Amino acid sequence: MAEMDTSSGGGHKKGPGVKKGKKLSTRVDLTPMVDLGFLLITFFIFTTTMSQPTAMRLFLPKDADKPEDQNKAKESGALTILLGKDDNVFYYEGILDNANASANFKSSNFGNGDEGIRNVILKKKANTNEKDLVIVIKPTSECTYKNVVDILDEMSVNVCKRYALVDVSDVEEKLVKITEAAATTPAK
Amino acid sequence: MARPKIPRKSTSIDMTAMCDVAFLLLSFFILTTKFKPAEAIAVTTPSSVAAKAAPDKDIVLVTLDKDGKVFLSMDDEQIKGTIADAINATKGLNINKAAFVKAQFIGAPFSQLAAFLQIPEENRKGGNLPGIPVDSTKGGNEMVEWMKLVNEAYLGKKANLLLKGDNLAKYPAFKGVIDAFKKNDFLKFQMVTNPESVPLGSELWKNNQKGEKRDD
Repeated sequence: MAEMDTSSGGGHKKGPGVKKGKKLSTRVDLTPMVDLGFLLITFFIFTTTMSQPTAMRLFLPKDADKPEDQNKAKESGALTILLGKDDNVFYYEGILDNANASANFKSSNFGNGDEGIRNVILKKKANTNEKDLVIVIKPTSECTYKNVVDILDEMSVNVCKRYALVDVSDVEEKLVKITEAAATTPAK
Repeated sequence: MARPKIPRKSTSIDMTAMCDVAFLLLSFFILTTKFKPAEAIAVTTPSSVAAKAAPDKDIVLVTLDKDGKVFLSMDDEQIKGTIADAINATKGLNINKAAFVKAQFIGAPFSQLAAFLQIPEENRKGGNLPGIPVDSTKGGNEMVEWMKLVNEAYLGKKANLLLKGDNLAKYPAFKGVIDAFKKNDFLKFQMVTNPESVPLGSELWKNNQKGEKRDD
């Protein structure tokens, strides 16, 4: 164990009447102190690395006032993702019109499964020319901030270079509501 | 054959050196740790795979709490002073400049700003405050004006625009904020998130394995 040498070498003799006090050992067991030291070290190591938030970049397109100034996406390469309430995700490929609304409009989720949005994006990516692929993200008014960040994160996870955050149209919003209602009623 | 006698040695080790090292490391970590100040606005940020650390200088931070209330904070006191002067000059609100500069965040409509600045700092808690209105359907998007003021105050300099949102904040509030950014030509901003590991087997993961640079 650690020790400190406090015995003064020699020292003068005490007088005959003075009693010699019993010398106690000055050795201290440092093990608990080392334990405590390392405990605090681990605590500080964890707190320093944890409190470092990261930042995700987002570039916004400039609002084009005239419709002819807007970028046109190729129909074959477009994938539109709609974010609904309660973490529901819906998507369709190309253009949504009345004729194909029911067949083309599909639901998905944030999971990793076959139906999950990651798989949908990967499939779309594999099937289309990289130059044509545009992912249009349309959050409805009922989705949360987390959903938006998650889907933007999905873009970087799947390395999608071209994506846009666009306002949802009335038709789409209605379709999302109908699908959500249909999905929840039979369960009750 | 008789084995030679090995003298028994003490099993106790001198701990002094270890103790020295432990406390050296401890003092290093204590000195380098920066504790986050207790936040007046409670926000749980979502997580993302973004690996870039959030900047901590020249920041303009827009906070979005779980009820969709919006707060604005800035770290540069000089800029805040400029903004306070601009508000007093253009709006005639006659707000207390010193209080505005010292305020950690702004969380009230222009009409209640003077009253907001009279609340003592420790009593300004996110939950009780009205926040800056961003909904253009209800009372107009005041964030647009705030961003205009920030833009004018930062003229020529680069501000790091940060958005810190709560998981549960609804999209309309977020949209109000990004609309305000867009209207003032702030087309680049960063969202504060918690780090998350890249999912195994995903494309980004493969790119990282190949050593490709990320451009996020």
